Amino acid sequence: MLNWLRRPKYGSLERREMPAGIWAKCPRCRNLIYRKELERNLKVCPKCAYHHRLTAVERLEITLDENSFREYDPGLTSTDPLGFENYPAKLSEARAKTDQAEAVITGEGTIDGWQTIIGALDFNFMGGSMGSAVGEKVARAAERSYEQRLPLVIFSASGGARMQEGVLSLMQLAKTSAAIGRIHDAGLPYLSVMCDPTTGGVTASFAFLGDVILAEPGALIGFAGRRVIEQTIRRKLPDDFQTAEFCLQKGLIDMVVPRTEMRSALARLLAFVGAPRVLPAPIEPAPAAQP
Amino acid sequence: MTERTSSPAADLDRQLADLEQEIERLRKRAREQSVSVDAELGPLLERADHLRVQIYTNPSPWHIVQLARQSQRPRLLDFVGSLCSDVMELHGDRLYRDDPALLAALARFDGRPVVVIGHNKGKDTKENIARNFGMPYPEGYRKALRAMRLAEKFRYPVISFVDTPGAYPGDEAEERGQAEAIARNIQEMSRLRVPLVVVITGEGGSGGALAIAVGDVVLMLQYAVYTVISPEGCAAILWHDASRARDAAEALKLTAQDLQTLGVVDEVLPEPFGGAHRDPDATFAAVREALGRHLQALREVPIEVLLDRRYKKYRRMGRILEESTQSAQSSQSTRSPAQDG
Repeated sequence: MLNWLRRPKYGSLERREMPAGIWAKCPRCRNLIYRKELERNLKVCPKCAYHHRLTAVERLEITLDENSFREYDPGLTSTDPLGFENYPAKLSEARAKTDQAEAVITGEGTIDGWQTIIGALDFNFMGGSMGSAVGEKVARAAERSYEQRLPLVIFSASGGARMQEGVLSLMQLAKTSAAIGRIHDAGLPYLSVMCDPTTGGVTASFAFLGDVILAEPGALIGFAGRRVIEQTIRRKLPDDFQTAEFCLQKGLIDMVVPRTEMRSALARLLAFVGAPRVLPAPIEPAPAAQP
Repeated sequence: MTERTSSPAADLDRQLADLEQEIERLRKRAREQSVSVDAELGPLLERADHLRVQIYTNPSPWHIVQLARQSQRPRLLDFVGSLCSDVMELHGDRLYRDDPALLAALARFDGRPVVVIGHNKGKDTKENIARNFGMPYPEGYRKALRAMRLAEKFRYPVISFVDTPGAYPGDEAEERGQAEAIARNIQEMSRLRVPLVVVITGEGGSGGALAIAVGDVVLMLQYAVYTVISPEGCAAILWHDASRARDAAEALKLTAQDLQTLGVVDEVLPEPFGGAHRDPDATFAAVREALGRHLQALREVPIEVLLDRRYKKYRRMGRILEESTQSAQSSQSTRSPAQDG
């Protein structure tokens, strides 16, 4: 896997995430896979095509042109506005686990030369939940797209609104949706990519507001949780309920794109929607890591 | 985990619950053993009454949740019936069906045309089943959006009444795009070219509430609640114990007072002692006065100014910390939007 974006502090991330050693076990088909092979295949199981979850850093690495990324607002974080039990501890834990300040990374970069504003949510950081900081970073990314007249691409992976910030998290649905509204008003393109899982408040805001909505195969996509729905309707749901393929069939999303083809699909879409293109790709080198 | 969030009000609540149990035990004993327990019961009943007065004077968040869900609490049709005249209901989203959980109507307020939308909870079980307990399907939200588009076309302001446990969590609702319908409404309300006034009258249940609750002015009744997740759901996730909903209600800061402090609600409308249902007319009068005042003010604002203000209002919501300055950037505002440029 490319590693230009992996700043030194992320170096240990993969070792912690994947089983130690040179073999990894696929959680779906249970086969042992040579780790190098899994990574060469963008963490898609070569045996069963299961798309392993990616960190936000990995997502940007496999999507953007080498050295094209410039991060926005790396030090922007949530506070504990409600004084919610254990929230500061959970935030510290998530920061230690992911080496990220918050559950989304935003910035600008190029995809096969096409200039874009880009964001990627990180499910490893408190379930990719959206509190004030995630909402703010997504809204700022949308506003930069508006100001710079560049397309916006957001990869979502989130359990929804962050409970620990109460109704302020709910208000991030309004904040992000309003900012996306401005992009649409300005005639700028917004591509939304739903990764596993994209649920709750993130689906009820920016993830479902894309001009074109893409999803990774097998991704869980839905508003309400399966258990809540089953309790409500007193029936078991089919296995494929709320999968990307199910959503495609129901007309909720435009396309399901395998990870290995995502970058080229985005580049083709960006060509359609009139993004500016720079060749050769890099705009400027990625800045040094800032703690 | 063991640290429980608690307030004096919540303690009163617990005391009352314990006392009521004790009273019930005594009464049961009296019935079963045919003995008189009046001597024991008297002081307990007195103490319970005393506690109730204390609780109504300063209700705990959990008690406010109960008040917000009270079955006798005025419903949408009560508010609309009292506040509006010439009400003509509009039906259907033109795509699938009419959702009785959400009402859309043309009406007059102070004699001038408005579009009214709102969650339509029932008064009794029969009504509630017919209206799905005020939990809309996507078609309900799409009907609301259709009505708001009409308002935009004819330049009528929109009044939205919020009272829902949440968007309906069913399989068909998912299949028809519950998330998309909510997201679409939120986005479109953020840029709808007419004044929008929201009144949270009972339960403001998460995204299902917000889908009709983006506004230039958000008013909230004193004993209504507005929350990202139900206290029961929050307790189940956090502590794997739904019975700790009382603690979750405290932690979530879901009361009108809290939300005004957080800058989410612009004005809290007072309720009669003991809750809106104790004196509905007084409640309607408070809502009528505030609606009239805000609609009048909003009508005088040029639409571009109004849209810019509305955008900034939501843009500021939340609390963040920026590392570069180490200073809290608070987007909190307790000012009314009319004061912001």
